[in-house]
Amino acid sequence: MIGLVHYLTVGALLFTIGLYGVLTKRNIVAMLMSIELMLNAVNINLVAFSHFITPELLTGQVFALFTISVAASEVAVGLALVFRVYHDRNTVYADRLNWLRW
Amino acid sequence: MSEWGLTVAFYSLATITVASAIGVVRKSNLVHSALLLALCFVGVSGLYVLLHAEFLAAVQLLIYSGAVAVIMVLGIMLTQRSNMNDTNPSNDRSRWAVAICGMFTLVTLSVIATTPWHYSIAMTIEDSAPVIARVLLTEYMIAFEATAVLLLAAMVGAIVLAKGVEDK
Repeated sequence: MIGLVHYLTVGALLFTIGLYGVLTKRNIVAMLMSIELMLNAVNINLVAFSHFITPELLTGQVFALFTISVAASEVAVGLALVFRVYHDRNTVYADRLNWLRW
Repeated sequence: MSEWGLTVAFYSLATITVASAIGVVRKSNLVHSALLLALCFVGVSGLYVLLHAEFLAAVQLLIYSGAVAVIMVLGIMLTQRSNMNDTNPSNDRSRWAVAICGMFTLVTLSVIATTPWHYSIAMTIEDSAPVIARVLLTEYMIAFEATAVLLLAAMVGAIVLAKGVEDK
């Protein structure tokens, strides 16, 4: 019997993988991909809570829709920033963007 | 679907999702990472179907696997010049990252395992799209409009950022 715990475990694993990617990747586009993984983990948790805890309200599914739209706008603005940085600095590696460093 | 079929479907979809997510952060070729990301989104939408959220599964397929993955590939194509072989390197802090992520996983899984969940006995709504539409336009009207304004502002901001300001 597949219950809530199974889905929460998948969500936790996906979130951890995304966290690892954000901490270790050098390419900004790869970091954006890892953030998308984390947002998907949150969405799995929301939909699982909606299915198992409050199935008559659908609150989790509505909030998952909000998360998806916020993630879409985040990708748009993030990639526009990547284009801008690439145009100005000719690099997409996060550790080379150190001109605020002392 | 029978209980056994549901179990098999859940474990295969969870394996596809987690394995392709690991591939996203481990592959050294950024294009392979992007394609595995699309596969991961497809697996997540399969999990939504298992949770009786068919409308969300369709939205996930359209927006994530369609739009977001294509935009990612576009961004990669526009910002990488030479060959793609080593375009997704890791920095030298992977040992710290493994320690932090391991501790995070341990804490999260122990909290999940020890929390007494109160399952609801009510049945899931079969046809969820009309109910979501009604709830969005009544209870969550303000949040819905705020999200619409946020999307518009993000799109205009992205265009302005990517186009740049003309120098006099």
